[in-house]
Amino acid sequence: MTIYLTIAVIILIFVVIFQISKASEYVSTLKGDEVSRKQNNKINGFLMVAFLVLGLIGVWYCNHVLFDKTLLAHESASVEGARVDSMLWVTLAVTGFVFLGTQIVLFWFAYKYQEKENRKVFFFPHSNALEVLWTVVPAIALTVLVVIGLRNWFLFTGAPPQNAMQVEVTGKQFGWIFRYPGKDGAFGKKYYKNIDPASNSVGLLWDDQLTHDDVVTEQTMYLIKGKPVKLIIGSRDVIHDVGLSHFRLKMDAVPGIPTTMWFTPKYTTAEMKEITGNPNFVYEISCDQMCGNGHYSMKGIIEVVTQEDYDLWMAKQKPLYLSAFPDKDPENAKPKADSTKPAVAKM
Amino acid sequence: MSNEAVLHAHSGAHDGHEDHSHEHHHQSFISTYVFSQDHKMIAKQFLITGMVWAVLGGFMSVLFRMQLGYPDANFPWLETILGKWAKGGHITPEAYYALVTTHGTVLVFFVLTAGLSGTFANFLIPLQIGARDMASPFMNMLSYWFFFAASIVMLSSIFVETGPFSGGWTAYPPLSALGDASPGSKSGMDLWIVSMALFVVSSLLGGLNYIATILNMRTKGMSMTRLPLTIWALFFTAVLGVLSFPVLFSGFILLIFDRNFGTSFYLSDIFINGVGAMPNEGGSAILYQHLFWFLGHPEVYIILLPAMGMVSEILSINSRKPIFGYMAMIGSLFAIAILAFLVWAHHMFVTGLNPLLGSVFVLLTLLIAVPSAIKVFNWLTTLWKGNIRFTPGMLFAIGFVSLFISGGLTGIWLGNSALDIHLHDTYFVVAHFHIVMGVASMFGMFAGIYHWFPKMYGKYLNNTLAYIHFWVTMAGAYMIFWPMHYQGLAGMPRRYYDFSIWESFKQFQGLNQFITIVALIVFAVQILFLFNFFYSIFKGKKVTTQNPWEANTLEWTAPINPGHGNWPGEIPEVYRWAYDYGKDGVDFIPQTTPVGADESVEH
Repeated sequence: MTIYLTIAVIILIFVVIFQISKASEYVSTLKGDEVSRKQNNKINGFLMVAFLVLGLIGVWYCNHVLFDKTLLAHESASVEGARVDSMLWVTLAVTGFVFLGTQIVLFWFAYKYQEKENRKVFFFPHSNALEVLWTVVPAIALTVLVVIGLRNWFLFTGAPPQNAMQVEVTGKQFGWIFRYPGKDGAFGKKYYKNIDPASNSVGLLWDDQLTHDDVVTEQTMYLIKGKPVKLIIGSRDVIHDVGLSHFRLKMDAVPGIPTTMWFTPKYTTAEMKEITGNPNFVYEISCDQMCGNGHYSMKGIIEVVTQEDYDLWMAKQKPLYLSAFPDKDPENAKPKADSTKPAVAKM
Repeated sequence: MSNEAVLHAHSGAHDGHEDHSHEHHHQSFISTYVFSQDHKMIAKQFLITGMVWAVLGGFMSVLFRMQLGYPDANFPWLETILGKWAKGGHITPEAYYALVTTHGTVLVFFVLTAGLSGTFANFLIPLQIGARDMASPFMNMLSYWFFFAASIVMLSSIFVETGPFSGGWTAYPPLSALGDASPGSKSGMDLWIVSMALFVVSSLLGGLNYIATILNMRTKGMSMTRLPLTIWALFFTAVLGVLSFPVLFSGFILLIFDRNFGTSFYLSDIFINGVGAMPNEGGSAILYQHLFWFLGHPEVYIILLPAMGMVSEILSINSRKPIFGYMAMIGSLFAIAILAFLVWAHHMFVTGLNPLLGSVFVLLTLLIAVPSAIKVFNWLTTLWKGNIRFTPGMLFAIGFVSLFISGGLTGIWLGNSALDIHLHDTYFVVAHFHIVMGVASMFGMFAGIYHWFPKMYGKYLNNTLAYIHFWVTMAGAYMIFWPMHYQGLAGMPRRYYDFSIWESFKQFQGLNQFITIVALIVFAVQILFLFNFFYSIFKGKKVTTQNPWEANTLEWTAPINPGHGNWPGEIPEVYRWAYDYGKDGVDFIPQTTPVGADESVEH
């Protein structure tokens, strides 16, 4: 019922607006078209400058209300992300200056040069000097931005530092799988036809000894504060994207074509809770590439911890090989196995 | 020029003269209004079909904004409209993604390509260059009917059981290639591709015709550098379309093969939950993105250039001043058209693209800001010391410049790969392209409709409604899209059905509601415009003067309601460029006026 009422009200408003508009057309015909055209011109000229002033107030108010809800309210959580932020501020300064300048000029000219009875227009078809000026100045400004941008770009996409740890990230509909290389520091081979959702979610090849200590987890990834990490990113089905807004980076996960991304986490999750003042803060991995109907729920968590906490956590993880073949697990064979002899596990 | 003499002789021979006008005595209703070969009727067909799609596409955005603004509320009327796609009055994720995808596809291709350049290229090219019709009126008719067929197929895809395609308007495989990965990628996607293929055919038929007409059928004296900027813009638009749509088509062909015939162009190493490992190996999902964006980026300029051309023309006429830097305007259009082909990979910075290649695309992308800046400054200088008449067309032209600045500047952010790596696929991108491409081009289209409506229908639109339409749309567009930059700066991703489970993005619920309400109002005002449009066709104030805006270009020398063939008798001859406004103290000098002996020689 309310819906019909709403529609009726809307139609009524339409009719009223239309009648007013129609009436004003008749009035203008009575007054003389030229007279009413000039009146309308004055009104619109005034609205131009009003729009400028109200618009700028709106821009200020929008910033006032929303700024604290953005990431810019706090520092980047990665060392590299700080460079994204500083570049963002430089770009904002340049584009903000141009934005203010050109918008003010646009609406001010519109107001100032509105039709006047005896104004004679300035016949000004071209000026080489002016045209060269506004070709060269933007070109210089853009060159500066390109140079800053490319220096960062080559840093972000270049080789990670020698001491970087490695984690393999695999996207699937709709979640994330993480693989750590284990004690040998190397990932074993995998092949997608070996994937078994229950026991071998990334398709490790057990013939390769290197796979035997690979640790595979889902949904939560552990990283170490201050230690660069290189993510090796892939996908099991469609294209996903590892979106790390707090670290200011993202990279697509493409089936069949591995991609990489590296960064250095600066704060632990606990520290970020204090920095943001949000006790529920977590680093979230958001899928940023349309991947199906569950796209919006494809969330991963990153726990950034200290080296000690990481070591403690890692010690508790069991290689996937042992869950896939429980009979190979020394703990199952002789429950009191000495954990200092991991070599047994590799048999 | 001898060339012109030849061309003129040709068009003269082709068109006959006085007896031309009684050709349409033989025309039946079908050949006048349905299978018409008159460029003006075809333009109106494109425009009205575009409007139907704009309403449908706009309404889809209203529906999915309801979900974003009120994720927890139930609206029984949604179930009335959408049935099983909104069980209990709550839009399902499948329906949400289908709406988002169809909204994007329809607005980009059917409204802002066919509706914009289809309408105004058809309407303005013959009238402004002084030709009786297009080079091939028959091909021109086919162009519309292929578009119509594409529309029907797209419309039918909404009604298939598994739903329309729902993988985003860019249709990236593997998602778009595998029906098992998403229900929308089943038969809905087949219809989507067929529709797009028909659309490509329509664009090519139209584009080739526009180019041929502009190059060959200009009237005597109409050298290329005397053409109005609208025609230059439409010319470059057509060139862009003709060179890039076939590449998109090739991408679609490979996609059809991957979907239906077991090839592996785009597919490799895929394991689908519940289905298992696919046999395909060795393909590259990135290949599709290259093929898609090789059209996809020029497409942005296919949408934008006609708007730029019309805005240049309308700004100059209503400032009563020549457009500033005519040659620079053509040069910048040319530069944009060239660069449009060399920047496509800036959509792919985060796909794992070779970083060196990425850096080249950064350079070329930011280079495009230079011709864009030239255009903006030239428009501003055109206003400077003018005598501005705020006709509704002029208001939308000024609005276009404002929006083009706002949206263009954020392009400098996104074109710089090291910033894009943070902002890519967030609401910052949504804000950027909706302002610069969506709303700005819409404004260009509105400017064109308001300005040329008297020529199209011999009637005026109601001014008061036009002013309400402009100011509400202008303020509303900024209120909808400006705050989205902030959502983007919070890292909020596009194409999310619900943000409530995200600790990082759930803080914008109030803002999302605000945006939804404004979107509803803006949509309602567009309906008001449509009402004005259709009402005025039949009941609008009659145009009584041949040249209501006191403009210089040739279309205003034709009769108020031109017949098929445009000019009774001889086609007028042209003696000067289109922008002699305010020269030597004379308000305007039409292109058909011979240069006087005592006239100053500037330009």
